[in-house]
Parts: sequence; C-alpha cells; structure tokens
Amino acid sequence: MADTGEGKKEEAEYKRLHSFPLIRHTDMPDEMRVEAMELCVTACEKYATNNESAAKMIKEMMDKKFGSSWHVVIGEGFGFEITHEVKNLLYMFFGGSLAVCVWKCS
Amino acid sequence: EWSAGKTVKPPDQLELTEAELKEEFTRVLTANNPHAPQNIVRYNFKERAYKPISHIDQTAIHFSLNGNLILKDSDEGRRQSLRSGNASEKAPVETSAEASEGSGVKDEGSTEDTQAAEGAETAKAAEAAEEEEPPPTKEKERKLANQFNFIERSSRTINNPLRERASQSEPTPCKNFSGNANQWVIYDAYIEEVQKMEKSKEKEKPKAQTAKKEEKGKKLTSLESQSDDITKISNAAKIVERMVNQNTFDDIAQDFKYFEDASDEYRDHRGTLLPLWKFQYDKTKRLSVTAISWNPKYKDLFAVGYGSYDFMKQSQGMLVLYTMKNPSFPEYVFSSESGIMCLDIHDDHPHLMAVGFYDGNVAIYNLKKATSQPSYKSSGKSGKHTDPVWQVKWQKDDMDNNLNFFSVSSDGRIVSWTLVKNELVYTDIIKLPAEGTVMQGPEGLQLQTFGCGTSFDFHKKIDYLFLVGTEEGKIYKCSKCYSSQFLDVFEAHHMAVDSISWNPYHLKVFISCSSDWTVKIWDHTIKTPMFVYDLNAAVGDVAWSPYSSTVFAAVTTDGKAHVFDLNINKYEALCNQIVVAKKKNKITHIQFNPMYPIVIIGDERGQIVCLKLSPNLRKMPKEKKGQEVKKGPEVEIAKLEKLLSLVREP
Repeated sequence: MADTGEGKKEEAEYKRLHSFPLIRHTDMPDEMRVEAMELCVTACEKYATNNESAAKMIKEMMDKKFGSSWHVVIGEGFGFEITHEVKNLLYMFFGGSLAVCVWKCS
Repeated sequence: EWSAGKTVKPPDQLELTEAELKEEFTRVLTANNPHAPQNIVRYNFKERAYKPISHIDQTAIHFSLNGNLILKDSDEGRRQSLRSGNASEKAPVETSAEASEGSGVKDEGSTEDTQAAEGAETAKAAEAAEEEEPPPTKEKERKLANQFNFIERSSRTINNPLRERASQSEPTPCKNFSGNANQWVIYDAYIEEVQKMEKSKEKEKPKAQTAKKEEKGKKLTSLESQSDDITKISNAAKIVERMVNQNTFDDIAQDFKYFEDASDEYRDHRGTLLPLWKFQYDKTKRLSVTAISWNPKYKDLFAVGYGSYDFMKQSQGMLVLYTMKNPSFPEYVFSSESGIMCLDIHDDHPHLMAVGFYDGNVAIYNLKKATSQPSYKSSGKSGKHTDPVWQVKWQKDDMDNNLNFFSVSSDGRIVSWTLVKNELVYTDIIKLPAEGTVMQGPEGLQLQTFGCGTSFDFHKKIDYLFLVGTEEGKIYKCSKCYSSQFLDVFEAHHMAVDSISWNPYHLKVFISCSSDWTVKIWDHTIKTPMFVYDLNAAVGDVAWSPYSSTVFAAVTTDGKAHVFDLNINKYEALCNQIVVAKKKNKITHIQFNPMYPIVIIGDERGQIVCLKLSPNLRKMPKEKKGQEVKKGPEVEIAKLEKLLSLVREP
C-alpha cells in the first residue's frame, strides 16, 4: 500500500513537473504553431476527462481559423499513419501522458 | 313465256309445306343502314378498355361527286373574282357549302351532318385547288388580321458554337506522417526535454562552454546553408585538383622536397638555382608582376600583385594568390581598376592584405570574404596619394587595437592608414622635402616641392625607426615621431632607390638597390656603404634570405638572378643565373620563402618562377669538430659583425 501510495505520489509529481506542452513534430509556420499549441492546451485542460469533447473543440476552432478540414486525435496510447497537407501538422505531448495529433487534409 | 295464273317456279326454289308457306313474317323498315355495323368498339384511353361506340353512323353514301364550287366571299373566291376582272357573272356565285382553309365554318357546319364525308372530300379538293392557283396581287389585297389569319415571321441570331472547357486546380501537397503515442514514448520525451532545459541553464554560466555552443551553432548554420550542390563538392574538388596537379608535376615536387644538387661540391662555392614551378594566369599575361609576398602563416601560399610600370600603358590590376600545391590555377583572384604596385600581408591576420595602387589609392583585401572587391579602400576624399603608391607595410596594432599600415608614394607623403570602425583614416606622417627646392611661386608664396619616395622599410626591433628611399637616390632615416625632420640622410644612389631592406638578424645593417646598377650594404651609423656591388644592369629588387644574415639575392632587368653570400665571397656573387625564358623579359621582384629553400621571382610578363637554392647557397657555418654548433640569430649577427668589422675603417 505504501509503495503504491508513493508510486502515485511520484506520478502526480511527475505530471505536475512535466505537464508543459512538448511539441514532438510539426511543420507549421510559427504563428499557426503557437496558436494551435495554445488551443490544444486550453481544450485539454478544459475537457480533462473527455478526450472527445476536447478533440471536438480543437477541430472546430481550427476549421474556423484555418479552413477545413482538420482532424484531431487525442489519447494516451495509439499509433497512427496519416496523410496531411504540407505545413499543417502538429504532434505534441501534454500533461505528462496525453498525446495530441492535429492535421489538415481535405 | 309469261302466263297469268300460272306461277313459275324456278328450278331451285325451296320446297316448303303449306303451313310453312302461310307463316307470316313481319318486316320492319327503318332508316337504319342495314350495312352499317352495329357494334363498333373503340379503345378508350381514359378507362383503358375497349368501349362500344354509343352512336353508330347510319349514313350510307350512294353517290358522291367532287365539285368545284367555291363560296363567293371566301378568299379564293375573291381572288378569282379579282383575277377575272370583277366579272361577277362568271365568278362562282352559287353558295355551295365549300370550306376554305380558315373561314366559313358556319356554312360548313350546317351541311356537315348530311354530307360530312362529302364536305371533307370537297374541302380537300378546294385546298388543292387553292394551292394550284398562284397567289394574288399584293398591294390591293388587304390581309385580314385576326387570330386565325396571321403571318409568322421569325429570325434567329447566330449562336456561337459551344465548347466545353475543364480544368482542375493542383491538389494541395500532402505528406504522410506516422507515429506511435505510447505512455513510454511520452515519458521519455518529457524526461529528455527536462534534461535539456537543465543543461541549458547550466551552460549559461561558464563562458567557454557558450563559445563552444556558438561554434556548434555556426557549424550547423553553415551546413544548413550549403544547399547548393556545387558548394558541397567544392572541398572535394579542390583536393582532387591538387592531387591531379601533384601527379602532373610530380617530378618537380620531388625535386622541391628532396633534390640537392650534388654537383655543387665541384663548383667551388658557386651555386645554382633549380627552376621548379612556373605560375601564370591567363588574365595577367599582359601585366607585370609588381609585388610578391609570402603568407606568414601558410608557407606555401603567396600573393602576387599585378600592374604596370609603364607610365603610358596603364590598365587594370590584379591581386592573385597562388599556392605551391596547385601550380596551374590561382587560389584567389581579385581584380582592380588600377594597377597594383605593392602589397603586404599582415603578420597576425594572414587573411588581410594591404595593397597600394598606381592611382594613389590604398586598399585592404580580406581573403575570408568571398567578394573580389577590397574590404576597405581609400578614395579621393579620404586622402589618397596623388602619385603611385610604391610600398605599403603593416604595422603593429595601435593603442586602440586598430589595424594600421604605412604607405609611401611618389607624391612625397608617407601616410599612416588606420582602420577605424570599418573606415580607412589617414594620417600624414612625413612629407619628404626635396633639397634646395624651396621655390618662389607667384605672389610671393614659397612652394616646396616634395621628393618622391619609392621604397621604405621598418626596423624589426626599433619600432619607430624606418628608412625611406627616394627617386633622387637618397635614403632618409626617419622616425615616426618627427614629422618634418629626418634623423639622417644617406647619399645612396644616383638613380631611384628601388628597394630597401633591413637585415633580418643584424640590427644595424640594411641593403639597398637601385636602377643605377648597384646594390649597396650599409650600416646605418656610417654614411658610406659597407659593400657595393655592380651588377651590370638595373637592379629591380633585392632581398635578404631568412635563414642567414649574410645571404641575399638580387634580380636585374636583364633577366638574371644574383645570389650572394658574404660569408663565403665578399666581392662576387655565388650565382648568376638567367632565370626567365625570353631575353627581353625583365625581372621585377624576388622573395625568399621563409621556410623552404626556394625563391620566387616575378617578371614583366606576369609569370612567377619558383626556384630552389642549391646547397652551396645555403651554407651554414661549418661546425668544427667537437664544438657545439650554435644556431640562432646571435650566430648570424656575429657572423655579419665579423665581416663588417673587416670593412669598417679602424
């Protein structure tokens, strides 16, 4: 019990320390990247328990700002192979355990 | 035969009984046509079935005749009446129920019941008859305009033929991307990022590490910027070029490194110059070599300035750098509008070269920059000389750590140029007065003409001391501190002093050469020369050797190079050798290589020849058995001092 308790503490500690958004791969231009990153962070924090709503929010905002049509995947464990329009991809980690992949392809 | 009372029976009459004969048969006469069918059925589309017709036509036509009677008031009738000239008797007057194309419906209607079929047939005939007849005269005819009689007139514009065109915009460029988002991947990424951040915080403090980072950053950017394919292989191409050259000139390279002329032993102290490489460049064929200088850092690199000594034929100038590793093509080429007369390479910054031009300008070329233009150049406003600049020499950095160099020119000014904040600033150090030439100009002005400086050299140890040679043949000993007075004057030559050079070892000795065919060696404390050599031709240049205080070489305009070693023979040259191919080619400059036993000689045709000194010319003092050979500058100084003491007056 103590071990698991400590484990949980460590996990929480790790999450607190490493919850900054970490961009893993992107080819967006600077302003678009910054905006998209902030949008993702906002959405994930707002819908911390519901990935679908967070993804929905992100997708709709991106569609409005940068044109259709965007695709968003949020999760903690997934593999993917996508085709994206050049200069419209953002793949980042957030919150220590969430991975967000945002791309545009119509 | 017909007889009354007697019934005649045909032969095939039916035989009937009496009862049957008395039977009465009723017969009714109706108006019905017995031949008309009684149950005509027509298909009714509305009810989708066959339905019997309610009323069956009982008319039986017994006789029909096509008539040609036309109603008088109808169109055709009127036309005919007009045609026949209003002869109304002849016109068909009888009102027969004839129908024209659109009129007389009423009349036709009345007779339709009785003679419907007939009317139809006759109407057709009337139509046919009408059509046969030609149309009536136009003007008199007043056309009736009602809803049944109208003339259609229509026209149609030409429509362009339609053509289909289709195109499609280019699809937006797409790329594939794949990845795996596992917990461990995320975790690893975060840990790495945290480590990087911590490292970067640590690195901000010590300076050495930031310098390293900057270098790495620069390397990265230079790699990133090399997007051009040619530049990527330029390094490799250069190496290959050098290898090819080495192979081509392999024997020369071998000679340069290893060949020692064995026959020198038999030559009784005389030596030879072994020709090695020849350096030439297409664009400098018409120009003469005006200055040569070895690079102090890279011992195989030397700079050559090209220009023209001829007053009438002034053209462009070039600054070319060759390396011994590549004799077929220069490493760097700079071109300029005016001929280059002199150059000097900075000792500490071997990529900076100071250059003096024929038009009086000076410039600094920076090898590190890729442009072919000088980095800094003087101009008319910034104090350029008014006559050709004959010599430039770099000085030590001044107190503000600015680079500076001196230049001497025929306009009699010795100017110090300082590179202050990307600009060349000039300071006149000395103006050379010509003796006895204070003239009386107009309005009582006293004009002072200046002497023309043609060469100078700075003392190696005593910073402020330098010598200037002039066109009149005098040598002035000057100090940087005094701007109008000389420390001393030497009546050196009868013609212009072409070159002056302090001895690299002995602090008091210098050598000068002139177009008056002589080379003289001086001690700067004594007014008369120590040694005088007459070389039978105008001497273009003289240079001390870097390895011995008693060896020097001179070149003359008849194409000969003379090498002297005072230690061995005080009066004669050890080597007199024709160095250039054609006789009319004058040699202009000579320089010793600071490290290797070679000299380079430049001539009037833009060619540089590299020659190796044979062993006799490079003799070191013989070591006596058992005695340690002292090497170093002191030995050289002592050697020369010994010689001088012989010559000096006691």
